[in-house]
Amino acid sequence: MGRIILTEKIGIPGIDEISVYRDNGGYSVLQKVLKDMMPADIVREVTKSGLRGRGGAGFPTGLKWSFLDRKTDKPRYLVCNADESEPGTFKDRYLMEKLPHLLIEGLIISCYALGVKTCYIYVRGEFKSILGILKKALEEAYHQRFLGTNILESGYSLDVFLHPGGGAYICGEETAMLESLEGKRGNPRIKPPFPAYKGLYDCPTVVNNVETLATVVPIIEMGGENYARIGKGKSTGTKLISACGNINKPGVYEIEMGLPVEDFIYSEEYCGGIKNGKRLKAVVPGGSSVPVLPAELILRTLKGKQRLMTYESLSEGGFDSGTMLGSGGFIVYDEDACMVRNTWNFTRFYRHESCGQCSPCREGTAWMEPVLRRIEHGEGKYSDIDLLVSIADKIEGNTICPFGDAAAWPVSSAIRHFRHEFEFHIEHPEIVKNTDHGSLIEYPESSIQYR
Amino acid sequence: MSNRIDHKLYSKENKKVEFSAETLMQIRKIIAHYPDDRQKSALLPVLHIAQQELGGYLSVDVMDYVASLLSLEPIEVYEVATFYSMFFLEPVGTFVIEVCETGPCAICGSDYIVNHLEKILGIKTGDTTPDGLFTLKTVECLGSCGTAPVMQINTVFHESMTPEKIDLLISELRNKNNKPSESRWAELF
Repeated sequence: MGRIILTEKIGIPGIDEISVYRDNGGYSVLQKVLKDMMPADIVREVTKSGLRGRGGAGFPTGLKWSFLDRKTDKPRYLVCNADESEPGTFKDRYLMEKLPHLLIEGLIISCYALGVKTCYIYVRGEFKSILGILKKALEEAYHQRFLGTNILESGYSLDVFLHPGGGAYICGEETAMLESLEGKRGNPRIKPPFPAYKGLYDCPTVVNNVETLATVVPIIEMGGENYARIGKGKSTGTKLISACGNINKPGVYEIEMGLPVEDFIYSEEYCGGIKNGKRLKAVVPGGSSVPVLPAELILRTLKGKQRLMTYESLSEGGFDSGTMLGSGGFIVYDEDACMVRNTWNFTRFYRHESCGQCSPCREGTAWMEPVLRRIEHGEGKYSDIDLLVSIADKIEGNTICPFGDAAAWPVSSAIRHFRHEFEFHIEHPEIVKNTDHGSLIEYPESSIQYR
Repeated sequence: MSNRIDHKLYSKENKKVEFSAETLMQIRKIIAHYPDDRQKSALLPVLHIAQQELGGYLSVDVMDYVASLLSLEPIEVYEVATFYSMFFLEPVGTFVIEVCETGPCAICGSDYIVNHLEKILGIKTGDTTPDGLFTLKTVECLGSCGTAPVMQINTVFHESMTPEKIDLLISELRNKNNKPSESRWAELF
């Protein structure tokens, strides 16, 4: 059993109320910080902890904080990224719903560390119920003087405001989020300048994910070095994994980094194995944007090493035989899942969500989607497979933001590992056309890597 | 993005639209969350409020009104309203049913959910029932993949859906024939 440090208070009845949260030690870390610690001390502890951004990119948080321009006299901003929209990812929603005060405590400590006086929480518009929960929690925090002017007589003042999204996946990209916060379309900005110099309203800005900010609380409580001892190697601490798809126990799990993927999928403590006694076919371990891996490769690397839930282990083998930890959106597919249909589905998502700013992404996603649709419907031809690979290659790396890569990887990885399924669709249109859902097609046993 | 613009929508009807005094007060509070010269930042929250309180969708009249409230050019409002998929540019039913059909929901049977809804409502996805009660749409990932398949009705989530649960829900809504008890956008900030 791994250590639980972020979600240990979940399950205490009424923990979303500030009184219960305080009775269980809540806001004591903030009080300690305001009494005994200088902002630079906090940045140092977070750097020592090895904490990496939990939104998907995995960039070291302490380093990101250190880039913030402190020389200018402009105001500095912290924007909390609560625009969780990556298919397969629902961990931030869970955290905000169950432990809103942990996020707020982490926010306040982080703002104090960065010298921020105004903070916005950008919550995706569809999470309207979460906005209500956070609003109540913020009001309670203001009422108890953890927010507002001269917090707990420390001389430090901070305001936190909620801001809703409007239903656009791209706004989870940090510069698109800043555009959206300024009341504009969510078109990502060209970098540099990076937000640390020119962010919200052209002022120095840090954008951090919900889980990242909440994790600051246990880091300060136990100290950065102690936190860094949890986990494995450069993947320090614990991570929230949202597991879904064809498993017995979908849900959000806090795991200690380094847990074997096999244990995560099959143990009763976590996913509880594949639903209906079926076999595992494939996993997308970090949200829809990361490469899909077949059962054999998600459990063991090409070299036969056990695959672990860490940034490093999951990406071992590069894109030929590895994938990424990403946001921790863990999607499991059983033997009945059709990889062609799934790839078409994801590509339809990216086509819909492309902001349209860069031609390779706008045109490329709108080209791949109909090609995948026709293969899925038994109307494809052999050259379509290479065409898809070619389009994906031309999107990747040629766009302002990582969305282009995210749209290309599911396609190229599905063809890399499940080419036989694409070929089957092309070779047997009569079977494909007569199947209600692509997912019910029976592939020849020999061509599939099951476990 | 999803919202295709139909040019006929740009014909103004010049209907009088106005927020209540109470809502206006809440909007002034929201504007104060942003720096003095940055009230454009209030656009997304105000558009959510406008859609909810001024007719269920963003007509040109409503968008022009929002523009005047925030001292923006109307085009600044149109370009935002057409970018974000939560804003409707044409009239919708009293109950807007949006079924998630992205990956995780798809492998858990969202197709069956959509088919079932089409059957019992007697409409195709994208359409509104003749009585104006239901609009059926599909949307991309709602961020609730652990309880797939998921749908929302006027931004209230309904999780782990089955045909039986849908039958029950729809008949309840038909009987009530009024707005669901969703929270007011104006009170969320």
